[in-house]
Amino acid sequence: MATEIRVPTLGESVTEATVGKWLKKAGDTVKADEPLVELETDKVTVEVPAPAAGQLAEIKVAEGTTVAIGALLGAINESAAGVVASVGAQKEAPARPAPAAQPEPPPRAAPVSNVIAAVMPASPAARKQMAEAGLQPGDVTGSGRRGQVLKGDVAAAVKLEPQAQPARQPRQEEEPASPPATRGPMPVPARDLRIPATLSEDSREERVKMTRLRQTIALRLKEAQNNAAMLTTFNDADMTAVMAMRTQYKELFERRHGVKLGFMGFFVKACIQALREIPAVNAEIDGDEIIYKNYYHIGVAVGTDRGLVVPILREADRMSIAEIEGAISDFGKRAREGKLSITDMQGGTFTISNGGVYGSMLSTPILNAPQSGILGMHRIEERPVVRNGQIVARPMMYLALSYDHRIVDGKEAVTFLARVKECLEDPQRFILEI
Amino acid sequence: MAGPYDLIVIGTGPGGYVCAIRAAQLGLKVAVVEKRATHGGTCLNVGCIPSKALLHASELYEEAGHGFAAMGINVKPTLDLARMLAFKDEGVKGNVDGVAFLLKKNKIDHVHGTGRILGPGKVGVTFINGEKSELEAPAIVIATGSDVAKLPGIDIDEKEIVSSTGALSLPKVPERLLVVGAGVIGLELGSVWRRLGSKVTVVEFLDRILPGMDSEVARSLERILIKQGMTFRLGSKVASVEKAGGALKVSVEPAKGGTADIIETDVVLVAIGRVPFTDGLGLAEAGIALDARKRIIVNGRFETNVSGVYAIGDVIVGPMLAHKAEDEGMAVAEILAGQAGQVNHDVIPNVIYTFPEVASVGKSEEELKAAGIAFNVGKFPFTANGRAKVNRTTDGFVKILADAEADRILGVHIVGAVASEIIAEAAVIMEFGGSAEDLARTCHAHPTLTEAVKEAALAVAKRAIHM
Repeated sequence: MATEIRVPTLGESVTEATVGKWLKKAGDTVKADEPLVELETDKVTVEVPAPAAGQLAEIKVAEGTTVAIGALLGAINESAAGVVASVGAQKEAPARPAPAAQPEPPPRAAPVSNVIAAVMPASPAARKQMAEAGLQPGDVTGSGRRGQVLKGDVAAAVKLEPQAQPARQPRQEEEPASPPATRGPMPVPARDLRIPATLSEDSREERVKMTRLRQTIALRLKEAQNNAAMLTTFNDADMTAVMAMRTQYKELFERRHGVKLGFMGFFVKACIQALREIPAVNAEIDGDEIIYKNYYHIGVAVGTDRGLVVPILREADRMSIAEIEGAISDFGKRAREGKLSITDMQGGTFTISNGGVYGSMLSTPILNAPQSGILGMHRIEERPVVRNGQIVARPMMYLALSYDHRIVDGKEAVTFLARVKECLEDPQRFILEI
Repeated sequence: MAGPYDLIVIGTGPGGYVCAIRAAQLGLKVAVVEKRATHGGTCLNVGCIPSKALLHASELYEEAGHGFAAMGINVKPTLDLARMLAFKDEGVKGNVDGVAFLLKKNKIDHVHGTGRILGPGKVGVTFINGEKSELEAPAIVIATGSDVAKLPGIDIDEKEIVSSTGALSLPKVPERLLVVGAGVIGLELGSVWRRLGSKVTVVEFLDRILPGMDSEVARSLERILIKQGMTFRLGSKVASVEKAGGALKVSVEPAKGGTADIIETDVVLVAIGRVPFTDGLGLAEAGIALDARKRIIVNGRFETNVSGVYAIGDVIVGPMLAHKAEDEGMAVAEILAGQAGQVNHDVIPNVIYTFPEVASVGKSEEELKAAGIAFNVGKFPFTANGRAKVNRTTDGFVKILADAEADRILGVHIVGAVASEIIAEAAVIMEFGGSAEDLARTCHAHPTLTEAVKEAALAVAKRAIHM
């Protein structure tokens, strides 16, 4: 008896995932709930557990393939002796008989559906377009009968994922029959296009499929740039007071709350203070309306080896600095382990990005669409400043606020950043909420 | 001649001229080299098109003589062969002129001469008057097609011993015609002359007609052709042809060996197949590799082992069919323009224009059995089709082969009137990977012969209505 391994539901708005690493080979004996394969989604990497104990009979999708929610990944053969030929796209070794002792009785009755093994091929035009866009079967969700990929589906997928196509392959969805009009550098002289990289160049190039996460990052960033009237305003903050407070209470804080006192807590608090005053920075555009959000879900960008993720501090205005620090530390840990859930990253209203941890002096962050503001933190550095007519060295940080000028006026943006600066320079304001 | 060119196509048959037009559509500057006075290659000049003209005319002649009376039309047709051949030539002219117009419309330069590959990017042209010239382009497509395969020891004079070319222009109807080869050309041209009055004998080396076709289809057509008056000598070979006082003495012996007997005939048509036309192209000098059957070896992009030299159609592997060459021509043009041109060689229809016609696409039963694929068969005879009944064209059937599990259509084989037209819907649904049920659930107009296709699709699930 075979139990199907399917792509589980991965949270709202997630419709597909990329198959990461198969942790088991076809023919391996697996226990129920043992991780079988990694799936990368836009936001997180999840492991798909074995739905039943038995032998991994076949792997249907190769690593790097994009699969839709509910798609068949493979099958587990629950019966002992059955040798199931591996017919998947995988180049894995053919299934071998399970070791005699292994198989346990099926832990739960698995529904055996009569799913037709054969997959509908993409339509002829879609096949060509997919080849041109560098898309694999499975990259595109088909809208035709029985999930067939049709021409329109490829066009839609290409639009959604401009990153998915290899750079060197020019794409022409539909060339005009008559001399080409506006799009691209047509006509295409054959001699230019036919010449591939020379052999010596070819061997020194490496082609790596963009991860789902990377594709999403690319897409979102470009979208933000395309849509928002984005610009950045700068200020600087004297971190003396915050650093003094940190030094004074570091140990006590850690003892009491079990978490280190960092800078993020102060910045989150400062931003909320400023957002309350300037609601346009905590707003978004929806059609011809502006949505002002009277709640504060602050995204904190966390770098991981897979790319940047932005987990959300929900209702951050109701959190203490200790709670904020605790939550951020937990996010960081889970992000590095790839264990953030989708819900951890949805619904932010404002974002803080800290390039300072990597030593950045100054940057212009890109908005996390559809949000209207993002604060950039940078490195703290002793710089000469003038206080009371004297040149003194102070720990300074440049602050950057990128904002959507469509709904945030210059005055508002500058005021927002000034407020953040004031709060940081005088943390007593937190207590008084001014 | 206005250079420089992006592409030079050698040969303007269906593969070459389509390739040239498609490339021009995509913005490439194209020149074509053609040695024949007219475009269109074998297909338009001495192949598909003229033979269809004669098949059409001879079919009507036969119908008028034998079928009209039953419908209450009393006529006694007389044959004006010269006029019929002129009718054929008019049809050819209309088509080749059409190609010339299309090439001109797409601003493709026509070089009238014989092309020869001088090296990567270089084509030498010998004009009809013997003068020579050279053309250069980064891409060259060889689309030189194929030539008649010859029988060793038998010289084709195109008068008494003819190839398909001569058989399209016999000045008078031979009393007796002996056809060597029971393939598509032999059966089509054999049919033409039988209808016009010849006594036709077909000698075939194999013990079946239409090698490669689904054998049930072949057997069925064989029975029908015998009924029409054609004689078959299967499992036999022609050892020699001797001219003896106005007649030809053909020595026919069993393929396995044995005693020969002599068949007297007036005309011998050699129709044992076609061979790739690769001579005189300078392929050996250019270092272009051929396979054992003298076909040019190409990769998935139709490129030969010499960079920038491509080949399509009859000179490469695959069935020697005009439409296969056309699609390859289109694909290679798109590839040259940076697109992902492709041809699905699994879905190429194949038609024999006898009466009834035979058309097939996809796999035969034998191929599926050999591949170990489990399949279901749905078959529906035209005797049970309303339109065929009133038209009295009840010979033949539609057969659909579908995957036993997925129901996906793997092959469609039709013997019947206008099978050539009907096969198109099978190709479309196969190209989309459709199932027999998909076809069965697609509404077909009534009354049409295509209803037989729908019924055959229903028959795959054993639920044909009209059987």
